[in-house]
Amino acid sequence: MRALLAFLLMLASAPVLAQSALPPAPYADRQIDDPALEKKARALMETIRCLTCQSQSIADSNASMAGDMRSEIRQRIMAGEQPEHIRAWLIERYGDWVSYEPTAAPILWPLWGAPVVLLLLGLLLLRGRIRKGKRP
Amino acid sequence: MRKMLIWLPLVLFLGFFGLFASGLLKPDDRLITSKMVGKPLPDFTLPPAASDRPALASSQLATGKPRLLNIFASWCVPCAAEAPQLMALQKAGVEIDAIAIRDARTDVDRFLGRYGNPYARIGLDARSAVQIALGSSGVPETFVIDGEGRIAYQHIGDIRADDVPMILDRLRNAQ
Amino acid sequence: MIAEAGLAALWLAGALALLQLALVTLGLAGSKSELLGAVRSVAVSQGVLTGLAFLLLILLFLRSDMSVMLVVTNSHSMKPWLYKFAGTWGNHEGSMLLWVTVMGLAGSAVALFERALKRETHMATLGAQAAISLGFYVFLLFSSNPFARIDPPPPDGQGLNPLLQDPGLAFHPPTLYLGYVGLSVAFSFAVGALLTRQVDAAFARAMRPWVLAAWVMLTLGIVAGSYWAYYELGWGGWWFWDPVENASLMPWLAATALLHSVTVLATRDALRAWTVMLAVIAFSMSMVGTFLVRSGILTSVHAFAVDPERGSFILALLAIYIGGAFALFGWRIGAVREGAPFELVSRETMLVVNNLLLSVILGLVLIGTLYPLLTEAFGLKVSVGAPYFDRIAGPIALLLLIAMAAGPLTRWRRDRFGLVAGRMLVPGIVALVTLALVVALAWGRIGILPLLGLVVAIGVGVGSLAPLWKRNLRRTPLFTWGMVIAHLGCAVSLGGMASDSAFTVEKLVAARPGDTIETADWTLYFDKIMPIAGDNWTALQADMTASRGGGKAIAIHPQSRFFASPPTTTTEAALMTRWNGQLYVVLGQETDDGRWQIRIWWKPFVTFIWLGGIMIALGGVLALIGRERRGWLLKWRARAAA
Repeated sequence: MRALLAFLLMLASAPVLAQSALPPAPYADRQIDDPALEKKARALMETIRCLTCQSQSIADSNASMAGDMRSEIRQRIMAGEQPEHIRAWLIERYGDWVSYEPTAAPILWPLWGAPVVLLLLGLLLLRGRIRKGKRP
Repeated sequence: MRKMLIWLPLVLFLGFFGLFASGLLKPDDRLITSKMVGKPLPDFTLPPAASDRPALASSQLATGKPRLLNIFASWCVPCAAEAPQLMALQKAGVEIDAIAIRDARTDVDRFLGRYGNPYARIGLDARSAVQIALGSSGVPETFVIDGEGRIAYQHIGDIRADDVPMILDRLRNAQ
Repeated sequence: MIAEAGLAALWLAGALALLQLALVTLGLAGSKSELLGAVRSVAVSQGVLTGLAFLLLILLFLRSDMSVMLVVTNSHSMKPWLYKFAGTWGNHEGSMLLWVTVMGLAGSAVALFERALKRETHMATLGAQAAISLGFYVFLLFSSNPFARIDPPPPDGQGLNPLLQDPGLAFHPPTLYLGYVGLSVAFSFAVGALLTRQVDAAFARAMRPWVLAAWVMLTLGIVAGSYWAYYELGWGGWWFWDPVENASLMPWLAATALLHSVTVLATRDALRAWTVMLAVIAFSMSMVGTFLVRSGILTSVHAFAVDPERGSFILALLAIYIGGAFALFGWRIGAVREGAPFELVSRETMLVVNNLLLSVILGLVLIGTLYPLLTEAFGLKVSVGAPYFDRIAGPIALLLLIAMAAGPLTRWRRDRFGLVAGRMLVPGIVALVTLALVVALAWGRIGILPLLGLVVAIGVGVGSLAPLWKRNLRRTPLFTWGMVIAHLGCAVSLGGMASDSAFTVEKLVAARPGDTIETADWTLYFDKIMPIAGDNWTALQADMTASRGGGKAIAIHPQSRFFASPPTTTTEAALMTRWNGQLYVVLGQETDDGRWQIRIWWKPFVTFIWLGGIMIALGGVLALIGRERRGWLLKWRARAAA
């Protein structure tokens, strides 16, 4: 399966050949000097989905648009903007799809409820298997 | 209770089967459409991208008359492919402005010299910032902007010859 | 001629599968039991024929026979021989041929070596195996023929994707498929036992080695794939929660649960229905994974069979086999009685908890992977990725590991809570000390999940050694060693994951030759950049040295490689492994002012992830040998005596 994944990623990165020759945006591959801010930015970038390559986060992508988004995010973080505000701004433009981190949108409630439901279902099944009553 | 549980796996599987079948039947476009459609254009001011066309700012797009905003780049092959259709639209009286993504002025000049220049204004978006603000996910894309500067429609990918009447319709509807 | 011979072997194997199914059906249902005598030899011949077809396809690739379509589209005469060889399964048709080959060989192995099963169930199992194989033969022959010719033959092939041109391709897909498809044996066992209504402890003991063997292969396959992606993709990540990866994780989770429930069935003759269900689910997950990957319904840009026709074909197979097995389960399992309930504090209950937690994780991975498909049916696009899986499956996995440490310290049938707690005392204290240390040293710098991961890894690591405590190590049975090593492997792997996410230091720099870069105790000197040429590629290679704490400088060479056929660029990361971590250096693009983008990671103890994985597989091998050795010895003695 990994082989397939690798192949997929190759296809995803193929458009690299057709990308602009312009140098990367200033903060595309440059870390913020303040490590705390960089950590914030990095955490956000890992949860933003790359638009031109579809199954990568922008943190991992070599696509130039992902680089521009990284630069945009780093610059906004440096300007003091909160990561969740930037995420909301991106979702306003691209929809929930752009965030790898599922949002609190109603359509995603079942996803957050799933662990509870599954655990309860499991415990229900388990109940019949365990002997009730006191230990002799 | 146990009787129901016994058939639960089959029922769940049938649910998954339905899901898979619907996934197979529905042709997936994989397109990420802009959620800005229906909203006013974000504010921007861009420097000029070509030597013989003025720069572009969002305020200049609300002219009382619908226009096209084309997102393109000189390094993008489909953009060259859609150039004849844009020329045709311009000949039909459509006003077209453009944003060149991650580009350099000499490259844009060369591109326009080779494939024609249907644009009234061209702004240079060197860091894709305006592209991201528009919710655009690639090049080429074409937005229909209504007279009040609102985004009325987004066309993703190159405009083919048979898309031209549809684009003209969209412009008319945006009146 | 070779291609035609391969195709003929495949057709013949398909015909034999049909014959095998017919013999079993007539023999068991039509009570013509004399027919059953031929089943085993038919199963063996079928396996031999699939093996032959596969060898012939390998031969075509090695000879670069450009009159065969598959070779043209996936190979090139200038490619090194290893990648011609491994390229056989680096594509849709070849990997499906590998699939039926593993299935055929597994069927042969069951026909030849399975002795513990009652004859009726054995035959029904072989019938089920033939039935599954048949569907995949039809798939291969009618929609994915690997031996199709091309006329006229082109002068040369189109080449193999450079990312796949790596020794990883020779190892990862075959092991993964042995595991994936090896689970079909457990599926067939379950179907066979449902048909003959013989679900009991003897059945579990017969099934256990097959499950173990498939599980060991699956574990190795996933570990290899993870490491391969880690060094080849150059992003420093080792698991991305991509649908394709989840497709390999789900059968593993089901097989791990099965491995433990089968032990309960073998020891206590309980959990019958559940074990049968898991055996069906494990292979069903393999098939679902194959469907998801090859139909392209989840990831747009997928390479293989983004062909709706093939997708529908596999979906039809899913409906027949999974739907059929679940229906059979509903129809027949009512007659199978569950054993007596368990005591609350007992090994059985711990194993049931293990099964419960593994199943919940499996369910969550399945739901998370398919959720985007579900919302898309309502016209909404969403993404479910690492943040969801980490946050949801992570805590449950930690609970699971704690149960894993407590399980072997709990006695079968009945134990006392106080006694179990007493045995957990030392690991518990170690975990608390770790917690105190990590909080004191790194509080605020690391996330809560990595923190808990470290604490659990160390506590559980100690706890998993506890079953050996006060025991005569030379007399400890081999399967106990296997369990201890596998459980320790889980803790080691978790430790690696937690350490990687807690302590990894990343540095991005733009450097010129002659520059010195400092990061995380390491000093890197960037000497020069040189073009070099390989077998079928050229590369820009950075000559760098790395040293730590004034120690000896060691040369490292990250590259950016260019392949001509097909034209692609790949990054070849330079990895330097130390006992306490890995230095990972990637050469990026040149910037406009003549500097080079360089990405450097120092990843403390990251190698423990795969080391732990190998320990898990090794534990499985030891358990397999330990359980089976007695049988082999007896058989060997009986033969020697005869």
